[in-house]
Amino acid sequence: MSTETIEQKAEETVIATEPLLSKRRKKFVTDPLNDDNPVTVQVLGICSALAVTVKIEPTLIMSIAVVFVIVFSNLIISMIRNFVPNRVRIIVQLAVIATLVTLVSELLKAYNYPMYKVLGAFVGLIITNCIVMGRLEAFAMGNKPYDSVLDGLGSGMGYAWVILTVAFFRELLGSGSVFDFKVFEAIGLANFPNNSLMVDSIGAFMVLGILIWIQRSRTGYVEH
Amino acid sequence: MQQSNAYIIRFTLIMTIVVGGVLALANQALRPAQLKSIEYDTKSQILSAVMEINKESDVLNMYSQRIRSVVVDIQGNEVTTNEKGETVVAEKVDVARNYKKDYKERLYPVFMYMNESNPDQIDAFILPVYGSGLWDKIWGFVAVDKDFESIAGVSFGHKAETPGLGARIGDKSIQQRYIGKKMFDANGNFVSIVMLKGESGGGQASIDAFTDRPNEVDGLSGATLTARGVNDMMKKYLDYYQKYFSKMKNGS
Repeated sequence: MSTETIEQKAEETVIATEPLLSKRRKKFVTDPLNDDNPVTVQVLGICSALAVTVKIEPTLIMSIAVVFVIVFSNLIISMIRNFVPNRVRIIVQLAVIATLVTLVSELLKAYNYPMYKVLGAFVGLIITNCIVMGRLEAFAMGNKPYDSVLDGLGSGMGYAWVILTVAFFRELLGSGSVFDFKVFEAIGLANFPNNSLMVDSIGAFMVLGILIWIQRSRTGYVEH
Repeated sequence: MQQSNAYIIRFTLIMTIVVGGVLALANQALRPAQLKSIEYDTKSQILSAVMEINKESDVLNMYSQRIRSVVVDIQGNEVTTNEKGETVVAEKVDVARNYKKDYKERLYPVFMYMNESNPDQIDAFILPVYGSGLWDKIWGFVAVDKDFESIAGVSFGHKAETPGLGARIGDKSIQQRYIGKKMFDANGNFVSIVMLKGESGGGQASIDAFTDRPNEVDGLSGATLTARGVNDMMKKYLDYYQKYFSKMKNGS
């Protein structure tokens, strides 16, 4: 994924003024959603994709937190990229990510304590989410702030839709509900058995595996 | 571009100050809201031992109307100040931290659930309990009826029990199995309430199967070790409060 950095740098010097959402910039957002998805194609961020996807509500909060952290850390790193000493750049990136993650965690503790109790440890683990640091190192260190924000948005959304899909199937089949709304009881199938496997991490592996299969067979991506 | 060491040191210093400043500021600014959230959470946990709490419940109001709290020691005597001379507030007693001390030196909060029409009459005593499950800590609140032996309700929480197995102790349907159980056997000996191994059907079937066994509740299939942790926690903590109960019994 670091290959794109060099290409875009060359392009940037040529284009003097381009529209806010030019074709090139749209690609920053759309690429990670499908062709270059951080979870299904790059296989990053699997740890949290397993841990928080038992129910949709915490997954949604987690997605918002990750999008927030990626976008703002990309923005901040991109703004200070010319001042960051090369030898300590990883530490600087980590400091920025850790600060943002701590902020998110404190906000959650203040305004949504039940979710903080569910997600507490995993929000902290966004710091070690490889997607975030990967984007900083591969993109934000070499691109302008606006482009970096778009790139962060794309990667964050790419992560979000995958874990939300996983969470949808896990909650539906594991707990028989969607957003804690009992679906099967509502449609008169109160006896529909819950699949405990889906509540376990194994369920996440299975759903994720199927998702990767479908996605890769559609895009024709093969690992080299 | 290779920067000098002096530049790197200056950069990291400034970064540390900025980052530290931002975090300290955020922490200070959010502190009141966090304390409020934690208070709300504690109170809804206490109340959930005796009633159904959902998102619309007016927890704080309900709590101030229905709950009176005291702190007692292992002898059942009321404690009003700690060793530093500060006033002890039951809601602020950290059960987890007390758990690390010897049981004789711990503080034991009691939350009295008062009658709705007669606010001087106690309906139930809600006691915090704390212990170890299979993977990590478990805790909860046990409501003991005013007869000093029946369970009026329980609520359990856990940190890391297995989802779908041990984590079910957090489910209301499991907690309902404890309602009406007694902590003394037919001869009046303290036996606590024991969750057995194995499960007979779940749901209402599990409650029905145990109606004539006042000291036992149905188990959790696949979570025998978590159940053992719950049993241990219930037995120890109910025992710690016995002196307080006998004092209350003689007093009233």
